[in-house]
Amino acid sequence: MRKEFICIECPNSCKLVVDIENDKVVNVTGNKCKKGETYAKCEVENPSRVLTSIVLAEGLEIKMVPVRTNKPIAKKLILTAAEEIKKIRINNSVKVGDIIVPDFLNTGADLVATREVRNE
Amino acid sequence: MLDIIIIGGGVVGTAIARELSRYRLKIALLEKEIEVAFGVSKSNSGIIHPGTQNKSGSLKGKLCVEGNTLIRKIASELGIDFQEVGQLIVAFNDEEVIRLKEIKVEGEKLGIKNMSIVDSAWLQENEPNLSKEVISALFIPSAGIISPYRMAYDLSENAAKNGVQIYTDNKVEKINVLEKRFEVITNKNKYQSRYVVNCAGLFADEISKMVGINDFVISPRKGQEFLLDKKRENITNHLIFPLPSKTSKGTLVIKTSDGNPMIGPTAEEIEDKHDLATDDNGLNEVLNSVKRLVPSINERDIIAYFAGLRPTSGSDFIIRHEDKVPGFVNVAGIQSPGLTAAPAIAVMVSDILKNNGLNLNKKLFFRRFRKKTVHLFKTDNAQMRKIIKKDSGYGDIVCRCEMVSKREIEEAIERGAKTLDGVKFRTRAQAGRCHGGFCTTRILKILSEKLNIPFVELTKRGGKSKIVVKERT
Amino acid sequence: MIERDLVIVGGGPAGMAAAVSAHENGVKDILLLERDQFLGGILNQCIHTGFGLNYFKEILTGPEFADRFIKKIDDIKDIEVSLKSFVIKLNNNLEITYLKPGEMNEVKAKAVIMATGCRERTREMAHIAGTRPSGIFSAGLAQKLINVEGLLAGNEVVVVGSGDIGLIMARRMTLEGAKVKAVIEIQKQSKGLVRNIVQCLDDFGIPLYLSHKISRIYGQDRVNKVDVVKVDDKYNEIPGTKFEISCDTVLISAGLIPENELIEMAGVEIDRKTNTPVATDKNKTSIEGLFVCGNAFQIYDLVDSVARDSILAGKMAAEYLKDKK
Repeated sequence: MRKEFICIECPNSCKLVVDIENDKVVNVTGNKCKKGETYAKCEVENPSRVLTSIVLAEGLEIKMVPVRTNKPIAKKLILTAAEEIKKIRINNSVKVGDIIVPDFLNTGADLVATREVRNE
Repeated sequence: MLDIIIIGGGVVGTAIARELSRYRLKIALLEKEIEVAFGVSKSNSGIIHPGTQNKSGSLKGKLCVEGNTLIRKIASELGIDFQEVGQLIVAFNDEEVIRLKEIKVEGEKLGIKNMSIVDSAWLQENEPNLSKEVISALFIPSAGIISPYRMAYDLSENAAKNGVQIYTDNKVEKINVLEKRFEVITNKNKYQSRYVVNCAGLFADEISKMVGINDFVISPRKGQEFLLDKKRENITNHLIFPLPSKTSKGTLVIKTSDGNPMIGPTAEEIEDKHDLATDDNGLNEVLNSVKRLVPSINERDIIAYFAGLRPTSGSDFIIRHEDKVPGFVNVAGIQSPGLTAAPAIAVMVSDILKNNGLNLNKKLFFRRFRKKTVHLFKTDNAQMRKIIKKDSGYGDIVCRCEMVSKREIEEAIERGAKTLDGVKFRTRAQAGRCHGGFCTTRILKILSEKLNIPFVELTKRGGKSKIVVKERT
Repeated sequence: MIERDLVIVGGGPAGMAAAVSAHENGVKDILLLERDQFLGGILNQCIHTGFGLNYFKEILTGPEFADRFIKKIDDIKDIEVSLKSFVIKLNNNLEITYLKPGEMNEVKAKAVIMATGCRERTREMAHIAGTRPSGIFSAGLAQKLINVEGLLAGNEVVVVGSGDIGLIMARRMTLEGAKVKAVIEIQKQSKGLVRNIVQCLDDFGIPLYLSHKISRIYGQDRVNKVDVVKVDDKYNEIPGTKFEISCDTVLISAGLIPENELIEMAGVEIDRKTNTPVATDKNKTSIEGLFVCGNAFQIYDLVDSVARDSILAGKMAAEYLKDKK
């Protein structure tokens, strides 16, 4: 199977033509650098994304604490993860990078705070 | 049992309510919208007309001239800003100058004072941005400006202080004419009274039909208006009018009480009484017309559009007791100059009621005065410093474009604002150049907190106009 | 009237970067005025990643980017930060009047840097005909509602404009449970990054209509549908291409306008087309000692560039103050 991608690793936006067999990349053309190949491989075999969202704070100076996964997680998990985040509560002050949920949904990525938020 | 039910909480209904609240009467005002002034009145351009361009002998002419005088007293009693900015009707050629002179003569018959024909040198001096093509103008100094919604709000607030019961969100669905009384049924409740005053604006014909009077029809005439940035407050010093056409006073350059110049309106005969849409045709038409008057008006300065509907019925106001239905008074077809005429209409209605058997006994204590509402943007620095020191909330700015503080918003809510639009009309928060992009969130928080209503229940203007659909809880 | 060497108006990335840089270049007396109760400006609501690659050489979220500058500001004693401080007046003598809860203050500055950011173009400026129901939001407002207050603006959404803000909000609304039905772009191509088209639209199957516009918004109380049409090279409707999308929400992402009303009040010449100061050099205005930086000076694509040029503004102000002595 042949699929086309636009590489998003840099502003060059190379148009990649990717040959796929049994869900594995066998050939990539159209890329100007090595990153294109890695990108295509990743997008086909294990597409992943960093998820950013917000978590409800209780008794803190602001209502919502922004959070992110500290590593990309599988793309197919994104919507589930976004729902899961809605159930979490933060009730003590946090600093940037503080882990809110370790190994979030067994992805190997931690859910971390991206803003310093003090108690009320 | 009530003495009077007033149907409609626009500027006419609230003026009548306030006028009648001088007397020992039990009065209720029923408004279908969630707040008063949410119908025709909210899109009024705020001009207090001098009375020109009305036929002598017409109700419009008479009541406009009377209203122009009365409104000054009401404004000072209720603390509403009224500015007598004056009006210029301009002429581009000799033929038009003749029309100006005719308008002057007609105006004098109606009792309008101090009008004068001014020449281009006068205009150059006093209205420098006016088109150089204008050769002459009729200057009418008694024209003024007021905030139409603030007028309605302050009238209703003062009426309520004097005992009038104001029921919003009460849409009249049926009126039963009983023996010497009326039963008015709304979506919420039943009310009984000896008299009914119908000032239901666009829907006055439908209300009238409920008691069997169906000899008039209200047709909406749409006017699209466009507001300019407050930065251009001084683009003109006067209200600028072209010569009137048959159906309207033309497309104007209007000074407003809030500072933002307004251009418009269009005059479009339509059918749907709910059609408040604006479009590019309206914009282009208005721009073309006003640029002829004031060429430096720039499209980039337009920050808001809206449309309003004039409730028209024939050429004059319909204000009368319906002898076939004793006790029922119609106040209908109140299009321009209805805002100006409102205080005079109120006096006229009170006379009509008296002539039809209602005893008007003055109250011992009528609360004539009302404490002026604080508007930071209209406050000078020395005064501002004082009030901020006294109440720190005035120093907490919520709306950056129009400079509206947290305290002003809280006061608006204390005085009856329940919605985003209610806050906007009362305070101007969200009405500026960013259109609420920055301040809406904070206003929602204040509304939710003060009214103790969850965010998802708050509305833009009542009904189904919810703002947010979900809250993370 | 209190005198200060340097007053900076705006505590977003531009103002913070300028303050840090002015201090590094020798200014010892700096007052930073911020109207919100926190520093960080609009970055606080930009919770997505994509910031900092040029400046910090790592990919950060908006609040993380802001945090790095907030920490720097916190460490510099010579910078006085005044929060909830709203400037109501600036004149050509560099006298500033500002309000705070309970206070009205006046300060005379030897130099001023305006870092007042920008506002979003509105539905009116994009000339979208129709009614004025609830459910029409600027993308930034919808972003603030959800990211700061946890409030979702709508269930069925059409986004106008495919710049990065529009794309980011399409994804954001989707992740919160809304159905984004379309992104409508009047240009032939999206101005947004390819990365955002892929990760914000393609990932969720959101259609992007290029060379299309919304020709009318419908609804009495709340938006209930929009008309969409294809446009020609002059952005005029191509007859026969109209179709409807039912929705309860329209997000407008139609560009940004620099906020320069205060310097206009002070008498700085403003380009009416861009709402930016008419200037020959970056960050300068027609008034000596009055500088403008960040999105107030020009609209930037990247906050990294805002930081870079605002650092320059801080340096320029420092040099101006040195020369004055």
